[in-house]
Amino acid sequence: MPVILEMKGITKRFPGVIALRDVNLAVKEGEIHAICGENGAGKSTLMKVLSGVYPYGSYEGQILYEGQERRFHRIADSEHVGIIIIHQELALAPQLSIAENMFLGNEPAKNGIIDWNEAFRRARELMQTVGLKESPNTLITNIGVGKQQLVEIAKALSKKVKLLILDEPTASLNEADSAALLDLLIEFKAQGMTSIIISHKLNELARVADSITVIRDGATVETIDCHAGQVNESRIIKSMVGREMTERYPHRSVAIGEELFSIRDWRVEHPQHAGRAVVKGVSLNVKRGEVVGIAGLMGSGRTELAMSVFGRAYGRNITGTATLEGKALTLDTIDDAIASGLAYVTEDRKTLGLILNEDIKHNITLANLGAISERGVIDEAQEEQVAIRYRTALRIRSSSIHQRTLDLSGGNQQKVVLSKWLFAEPKVLMLDEPTRGIDVGAKYEIYTIINDLAAQGKGVIVISSEMPELLGICDRIYVMSEGRFVDEMPAKEASQEKIMASIMRQYAGAFQ
Amino acid sequence: MSSQIQADAAALKAEVRGQLWKDNLRDYGLLGSLLLIVLFFYLITADHASIAPVNITNLIMQNAYVVIMALGMLLIIVGGNIDLSIGSIVGFVGAIGGSLIVYMKMPYPLVIVICLAVGMLIGAAQGVLVAYAKMPSFIVTLGGMLIFRGLTGNMLLGQFVGPFPKGFQNIASGFLPDITDIEGLGSALPDWATNFHLISALLGIVGALAMFVGAIRSWRRAKLDGMEVEPLPLLLGKNIVFAAIIIGIAWNLALYKGLPIVLVIMALLVLLYQFITTRTVVGRRIYALGGNLLAARLSGVKTERLIFFTFANMGLLAGLAGLVVAARLNSATPSAGNGFELDVIAACFIGGTSASGGAGKVMNVVIGALFMGVMNNGMSLIGLGIFWQQVVKGLVLLAAVFVDVYQKRKG
Repeated sequence: MPVILEMKGITKRFPGVIALRDVNLAVKEGEIHAICGENGAGKSTLMKVLSGVYPYGSYEGQILYEGQERRFHRIADSEHVGIIIIHQELALAPQLSIAENMFLGNEPAKNGIIDWNEAFRRARELMQTVGLKESPNTLITNIGVGKQQLVEIAKALSKKVKLLILDEPTASLNEADSAALLDLLIEFKAQGMTSIIISHKLNELARVADSITVIRDGATVETIDCHAGQVNESRIIKSMVGREMTERYPHRSVAIGEELFSIRDWRVEHPQHAGRAVVKGVSLNVKRGEVVGIAGLMGSGRTELAMSVFGRAYGRNITGTATLEGKALTLDTIDDAIASGLAYVTEDRKTLGLILNEDIKHNITLANLGAISERGVIDEAQEEQVAIRYRTALRIRSSSIHQRTLDLSGGNQQKVVLSKWLFAEPKVLMLDEPTRGIDVGAKYEIYTIINDLAAQGKGVIVISSEMPELLGICDRIYVMSEGRFVDEMPAKEASQEKIMASIMRQYAGAFQ
Repeated sequence: MSSQIQADAAALKAEVRGQLWKDNLRDYGLLGSLLLIVLFFYLITADHASIAPVNITNLIMQNAYVVIMALGMLLIIVGGNIDLSIGSIVGFVGAIGGSLIVYMKMPYPLVIVICLAVGMLIGAAQGVLVAYAKMPSFIVTLGGMLIFRGLTGNMLLGQFVGPFPKGFQNIASGFLPDITDIEGLGSALPDWATNFHLISALLGIVGALAMFVGAIRSWRRAKLDGMEVEPLPLLLGKNIVFAAIIIGIAWNLALYKGLPIVLVIMALLVLLYQFITTRTVVGRRIYALGGNLLAARLSGVKTERLIFFTFANMGLLAGLAGLVVAARLNSATPSAGNGFELDVIAACFIGGTSASGGAGKVMNVVIGALFMGVMNNGMSLIGLGIFWQQVVKGLVLLAAVFVDVYQKRKG
């Protein structure tokens, strides 16, 4: 197969860091080419160089596409030749319809007047190609993330795409939607389209990829030909982190004490739709030194449960009781919850976790300014020391504690959020998808932190959609579905099949 | 391998230092442009009238309201809101104050207290609507702007209410006492001393020295604590310039009638808000909620209460500005404060405050306010028509924000 794209000796510098160091990438026509690497390794930067987000001249090296040297000065230049990138954060206008979004910036128009009949006809065609069963009139805000992803792909198809680049396309999709998306890629491949996929989900890559290029610390490590021999997850991981990861989950010695925190008969209604129950009578307990997992599909009410417990940060008409160390808790405000010793680490670090425009230092101390101030006046030297302490302890990769959190990679951003809550000195931590979108190496570090917390006698509640993760780090697992806990099992006795079976048992009745 | 790491670390350190220089230079660019326009008007006004002591005194008295209210507006904008009602509050508070003094014959110290309270209450009421009722601040304060302008008109019925007692007027047009005011001493002094306001000059020198020593000491403490500090030459250079400016202004004013009382009020407020924004928990939290409201709330910040506070605070400062304006005009007028909100908001944005909230500095906003003041004053001196003045001010606002946005995009 001929090579459609070749990037040669790409070097990209930012103030303070070299993001890419002499990176080479060769993509063959008609293949699915995966790029993987740890967070901050430079994958997204490389794709931004390719698509013209970083214009020609701002990097060193050469881009050859369809045999010619290309110099893209803006995204439109790369789109013009058929290179389309779909970013991790979808770029759709929520209040516009599917059809409107699909042709945004590319409207079928004559003299500036849009031919809506033509637009709808083509929208229907494209939606059929990607298997999206919705009306083209439906607003984006009314469809789920999985379908939004399909709209993005249909939009790419409408632009006569030859090389489709997907940046973490399945990061926020559930398993069924992820599988459908990957199938679609395989189908496109059969029709001769080339795609580049960036992903952390190694099992998916092993399924669809023809070649895998591994990037580490801004440099290409190797390109693996998936058809040449056995490729498995540990082979890729080894290449990514530069060492054999024999243990995906750090070992820990479990020392579980008496009951620390519990909630009884917890009920929550939807904040906008009164009467619609989201959490329906949940009881839960955590012991000292215990790591408890909550498994379940997306939308099962796990995040809603945790946030409602955390000072009613979600929902209305919340009822139920909570106790900590045997004493009843008042959790009417987030302030109460923090003062009582609870912490909630959000699943959405960018919108709910960080002040992106502020530096690492200010983010770390935000939830516990009382500890570094006297009569409302901040002790700046003390604050500096706190920030340095956590930056070192959690190995936050950054130029200094004064670096803006916006400029950090996902894993390092997550470490800043974790630092903030560690500094608040909680007794019970609720971690919501603590390793979403971060690489294997950083995951391992975060698991180690969780173990340390448990070893200090804290209670840890982990919400995760990755079942192997729950099985790997928890002592006990609750299974949540449709707002209820449908099962509870010691992690030793649990398996992915058993958890899925508990969830499905719920629906079994529906088909009888 | 280890030499590579060392080289990287060294490069990083140099980078951080470079960034500190750059951040600082951005701030001093603003100060530099202020000095440039001062120089410009110095050169083109007849007999250098722009730096005549009487003109500097006028400039301060005319623009005190911008500086005073810009301090409150900074907090509002940093919190992600806007307040359009402050010009009307200035008029309304002036009308109440004037009526109480002239018609009700109330003692003026009591009137001052009442007026400040009225300003704060208006701000608080708008704050309740914005913070707790979740109405957009633009709309709430647009309503307030109309309501209080209308109430001012109704209360004054087109009349000028005045004049006021001397003590009240002093808020805006009084000066600090001098040693010549001490009985029996005035005639005993030589001529130069009676024509020169010794206390004001001394205050300027003492204030400048205190600032200089304070800056050096906190720099040294920070360095000893292992914090990253700005380069010493930059610190010395900027503080020498600052000290020279303060002494220069005090000396200049001493040649006329001394330090205006309103300048002292302004200076104290600037110091207070500088402290609040940079050193206190409340200040930090306002910046955090302006940067990301949801994340701040999930970190335990009581966002509603703080937004409410920024509006109540703005109302209080608008009340103070209302007193200053009424005292300066020596009467309450229906149009007092008309359009002031725009001067104040412009001062904030010229000073580099972020329109989307979360960022802005007191010192830069003060420079922004002075920038506007110097331009107003200078253009009047050279006889530029009032309408052209507006055009120039608009262009300056656009240019300042353009430079800001451009620099940010360049990183």
